[in-house]
Amino acid sequence: MEEAIKQIWEKARHGASANPSTRRIVIDPITRLEGHGKVDIFLSDKGNVERAYFQVPELRGFEVFSRGRPAEDMPQITSRICGVCPTAHHMAATKALDDLYQVEPTVPARKIRELVYNTFMLEDHALHVYVLGGPDFIVGPDAPAGMRNIVGVIQKVGVEVGKKVIVMRKRLRELITYAGGKVIHPVLGLPGGVAKGFAAADMPKFKELAKDGLEFARFTMQVFRDIVLKNPEYVKLITSDLYTHKTHYMGMVDASNKVNFYDGLLRVVDPSGKEIAKFSSRQYTDYIAEHVEPWSYVKFCYLKKVGWKGFSEGADSGVYSVAPLARLNAADGMATPEAQKAYEEYFKTLGGKPVHHTMANHWARVIEMLYAAERINELVNDPDITSSNIRTIPTKTPKAGIGVVEAPRGTLIHHYETDERGLIQKANLIVATQGNSARMAMSVEKAAKGLIVDGKVSDGLLNMVEMAFRAYDPCHGCATHSLPGQMPIVARIWNKQGQVVEQIVR
Amino acid sequence: MSEKPKVGFYWCASCGGCEESVVDLAEGILDVVKAVDIVFWPVAMDFKRKDVEAMPDGAILATLLNGAVRSGEQEEMVRLLRRKSKLLIAYGSCAHTGGIPGLANQFSREEILKFVYQESPSTANEKNTRPQTRFAEEGRETHLPELHQVVRSLDQVVEVDYYLPGCPPTPNLLKNALGVLLSGKLPPKGAVLAPETALCNECPRKDSKPQDVAFKEFKRPHLARIETDKCILAQGFMCMGPATRAGCGAQCVQGNMPCTGCFGATSRVRDQGAKMLSSVCSNIDPKEEPEIDKVLEGIPDPVGTFYRYGLARSLLRRKVSTV
Repeated sequence: MEEAIKQIWEKARHGASANPSTRRIVIDPITRLEGHGKVDIFLSDKGNVERAYFQVPELRGFEVFSRGRPAEDMPQITSRICGVCPTAHHMAATKALDDLYQVEPTVPARKIRELVYNTFMLEDHALHVYVLGGPDFIVGPDAPAGMRNIVGVIQKVGVEVGKKVIVMRKRLRELITYAGGKVIHPVLGLPGGVAKGFAAADMPKFKELAKDGLEFARFTMQVFRDIVLKNPEYVKLITSDLYTHKTHYMGMVDASNKVNFYDGLLRVVDPSGKEIAKFSSRQYTDYIAEHVEPWSYVKFCYLKKVGWKGFSEGADSGVYSVAPLARLNAADGMATPEAQKAYEEYFKTLGGKPVHHTMANHWARVIEMLYAAERINELVNDPDITSSNIRTIPTKTPKAGIGVVEAPRGTLIHHYETDERGLIQKANLIVATQGNSARMAMSVEKAAKGLIVDGKVSDGLLNMVEMAFRAYDPCHGCATHSLPGQMPIVARIWNKQGQVVEQIVR
Repeated sequence: MSEKPKVGFYWCASCGGCEESVVDLAEGILDVVKAVDIVFWPVAMDFKRKDVEAMPDGAILATLLNGAVRSGEQEEMVRLLRRKSKLLIAYGSCAHTGGIPGLANQFSREEILKFVYQESPSTANEKNTRPQTRFAEEGRETHLPELHQVVRSLDQVVEVDYYLPGCPPTPNLLKNALGVLLSGKLPPKGAVLAPETALCNECPRKDSKPQDVAFKEFKRPHLARIETDKCILAQGFMCMGPATRAGCGAQCVQGNMPCTGCFGATSRVRDQGAKMLSSVCSNIDPKEEPEIDKVLEGIPDPVGTFYRYGLARSLLRRKVSTV
């Protein structure tokens, strides 16, 4: 059976980037295929990089076609923005409904939501660590690209581990299905609560799952330590200047400034790690603005009070970053003991706060897995979780509501305005990947500049560029409300005469 | 060389949930891999368009395609895959009936662009910049694909052999469909590879569904408690179950929420929304117009309720734009 998987990946390897000679083929209209991120790299007369554009070529318009819909349908409509992280949109929308109807969810309902949400974070992060981004590290950036995938991971860490990952994700997704009816596009969220509770009789299996989930997170941490941290080459790569940007960071924190995915205030630190803002979701338009460029459909978020100063880093530039690296930088610690220990080790190893290395996202992600797993254990053992008091029925007239969560890929904001019947008149969404879109564009340009010198294009260019943005776990499905989560990419290199000299596709 | 039948997966305008549903086969994916040769699957493996172009026509046994069609590039790809595949299968609501993105057909492209790049409360864009299909800066020219006006289901673009409904289809449905395709005992062309009965038939609450429902009001789900053991429609919440095809195991009802109709109608019904509307209207209890209006206040968004997944392929299709 493993042989069969290997064959698939062999084929993928053949077509993808293992062999530079196949990768360097000029490939025509695939460049225009939607579902592709696009990179256009322009060279100077001397053949050095003048400018690289990281483009997202698609837009769907959920905000507009939500108009006229009953607000209570939004958790299910907006989850269709992304089938990889539907639970994030579902939960942000549900919290926007709480705000819209000025209704507090009951304590058990809040805990159920938080349980489902942390379960989702754990399984989604696991997907990234083992399948999408992690292979760069676990198998190694120097390994043939054809091995930098789940099969390579399995070979490196053993078949049993591969099975463990598949089974663990499946079981975690079963919990979400239990509470939400469906794991892809769940239905539990209502203003003031959730549609369905947990039955006491079903808890033993979820308690078992919670224990195994924590064991799994610990194991993942160990894998990361053994394979990545014990290898000085990897550590050098993580900290290399090519993957470093000194920007602002944003993340949600609880009352003690600890990382929280489900609820809290948004905190911003500057490139020196100093808090410069802390605000509630209601104030988001005072702090966050979106910049438009004519060459991409995606908008670029920046800190409004600092201002848009172009694609640049430093305290004077409004560019900020979100997702695991940013969340750890923006907080003072983790709310659970094992995650806190890992958090301390992380900053100690990487030279203190804040960490500016994009590649450290992978490590931060594993620390967040530990937190999610520990939090799940707290929640499944909380007697409130099986309470039947799961809804407060709204009584107030709706007007405007804003909800925020930390999606796996960063801060996610849903903002709705309605008429008195609760029909959407205006919807505005700031999705996670947008919070990183400026920094991601900078990373791609920096990698291109570092790797293309005097007209010589390094064979490893695309892998390195890819690694630069894969660390962010970008979801352009979210960013444009249209594309699937994992993104193939096209890079085109133009000379000064406006001709394509190189086109690389993955 | 492998003699196994060739199967492809491809996406157009979709959210990635259909891809996740394939991944959710979990260890079941191994059986699929044993039985077929996956010739392309962009989300998991690289493939190039010219590889597909180089294949003889009909070389692929079946292509399962998810997502709606909303651009020229997608249309080209869809036509190419149609030629190369013996069987083209619309996978999931968006390819089947347009899906939720099809709700955009109620609005013009201009309304969308104007909001996103100008009117949105967080957008700072004094110069009114818009993404350009061609943009030149200091001699450098970048390109973006043009967005089309309407969203179409797959069979509004090319001939489709079979359909797998659902947002997303369930892993069981996929397993069964692959079994049918590989068995060689093909159902009649155009078949939807899911049960020909209404969702109510497989609903765990079907025993509490009354023979005749007389609607005195419609309750919106956020304003009233939903009991966990009674037919949701009989409780006065709009549940699309009676007008929706079975096959998902009544997942939303298992989550104690109404069915929203993602599997589309059974083959006997041309238009899912019209079917549900007519059945609702004939079961409204009051007979006088003002009272009827009052009952219907509980359904403030008929298009989003009755055509949430099916607008693009329905009799309504789209709003004729005035912008």
